[in-house]
Amino acid sequence: MKVLVAVKRVVDYNVKVRAKADGSDVDLNNVKMAINPFCEIAVEEAVRLKEAGTATEVIAVSIGDKACQEQIRTALALGADRGIQVETESNVEPLVVAKLLKGVVDKEQPQLVILGKQSIDGDNNQTGQMLGALANMPQGTFASEVVVDGDKLNVTREVDGGLQTVSLNLPAVVTTDLRLNEPRYASLPNIMKAKKKQLDVYSPADLGVEVTSHLTQVSVEPPAERQAGIKVEDVDQLVDKLKNEAKVIS
Amino acid sequence: MSTLVIAEHDNGSLKGATLNAVTAAQAMGADVDILVAGANCGGAAEAAAAVAGVGKVLVADNAAYEHQLAENVSLLIAEVGAAYDNIVAPATANCKNAMPRVAALLDVAQISEITSVESADTFKRPIYAGNVIATVQSADAKKVITVRTTAFDAAAAEGGSASIEAVDAAHDAGISSFVGEEVAVSDRPELTSADIVISGGRGMQNGENFKMLEGIADKLGAAIGASRAAVDAGFVPNDMQVGQTGKIVAPDLYIAVGISGAIQHLAGMKDSKVIVAINKDEDAPIFQVADYGLVADLFDALPELESKI
Repeated sequence: MKVLVAVKRVVDYNVKVRAKADGSDVDLNNVKMAINPFCEIAVEEAVRLKEAGTATEVIAVSIGDKACQEQIRTALALGADRGIQVETESNVEPLVVAKLLKGVVDKEQPQLVILGKQSIDGDNNQTGQMLGALANMPQGTFASEVVVDGDKLNVTREVDGGLQTVSLNLPAVVTTDLRLNEPRYASLPNIMKAKKKQLDVYSPADLGVEVTSHLTQVSVEPPAERQAGIKVEDVDQLVDKLKNEAKVIS
Repeated sequence: MSTLVIAEHDNGSLKGATLNAVTAAQAMGADVDILVAGANCGGAAEAAAAVAGVGKVLVADNAAYEHQLAENVSLLIAEVGAAYDNIVAPATANCKNAMPRVAALLDVAQISEITSVESADTFKRPIYAGNVIATVQSADAKKVITVRTTAFDAAAAEGGSASIEAVDAAHDAGISSFVGEEVAVSDRPELTSADIVISGGRGMQNGENFKMLEGIADKLGAAIGASRAAVDAGFVPNDMQVGQTGKIVAPDLYIAVGISGAIQHLAGMKDSKVIVAINKDEDAPIFQVADYGLVADLFDALPELESKI
């Protein structure tokens, strides 16, 4: 089966992002960019399905300006077969991303679409679910295990109380959680090979989608700072402080 | 203005997260109704009707909604929600699963995990793991919103007398089914609503050592959590994870044991009222947010703490 995997270019997870002093936006000058960690897990899962003989082709898609081709190449180096970039400005809302992905789904007809559960910039956790609704596909979100079982997909999901398993008709959408797999590192020969793999570029118009905006970011600000407190000498002093100063235990 | 709040429940009873969502909905200056979708969910509906300040409770009682499958529930919420200006849900695993489908069906944006209501169309929400707070304004006539429950007080669970109305709409998309679940059974309070939380990190060294937290948790009536490192290492199950992508908690007292304090963990607990850190590394970042830090070997400190509280 054909697997479509979506990847997003985001600030590297090691970077501590700050609001600009004028509050207009976050300061992304000269920060390191990378593939969203959850998307990397999605690519790894797709590649493993191919290695297991379940998937026949893995297509990596990204929505964004030309720079996101770097993340598509990363996915290709990890084992995806070919790439698709849908050329837009860098900040596109999840609903529009989902519509563009729906357009790619219509073109490619994959049996499975794997996405990260959220991106670590906007922390929205929306795109996979929205794609599911638009394409009328079932979804296995926050997945920690994915098993293809004939024409069904069994997905074990991380939920509030523990784990839940659902059975989905194919085609289906899966969004990854942290413990689905541990992504591999791309080898140098594979990075070189990835440069030669096919990468098609579409415009939103090619996919019949109008890029709209529903939300405006009015301002950004740093969160309320927490002041470091004191170091206590020993357990006795800690218990005393909690009882008599903070009064949180009795 | 009218707002529909989506209830988080287990059919028999209403989950506390619903009460936080009701408070957020009331802050939008709207009349508030609650939708309870489930199967044999009369218990949850009655509890919802008792919540203070609620106009009416709509109950969709159908086998298709028993396990909150997003494919089915989203169709119901989109239909019932058509009559409302806002559709608001707590940011629980169930609602995070279903609500974006609702937004897409209605062709509107979702505003995820708001932490404050600035006006009828403007909200604050954390981005970049809580390192930045964004103020966003919605241009949509109908708004689909999830609420970070720790940012809003719980509405009073008693004192209301809402009417209960049955909703006939039966939506079974027929594309997904529930297979099973592994749910942790515990006598301790729920992690996200506990007054006291004690969490262990990589410093606990193994799952067996988490027992050292249990005695303290029992004495304090606390819930037990964990850092991502402890969950990834297999010490404890995923439902105990506190952090950016795990559970967000804000108890009166949070005790972090053997947790270094990665940004992703801090994002899940830094709104706690009082934070205690116990770590043998005095340079651990957790001490920068702790009200009381104890530099000590946890294997010495925990037994002593248990004996002295």
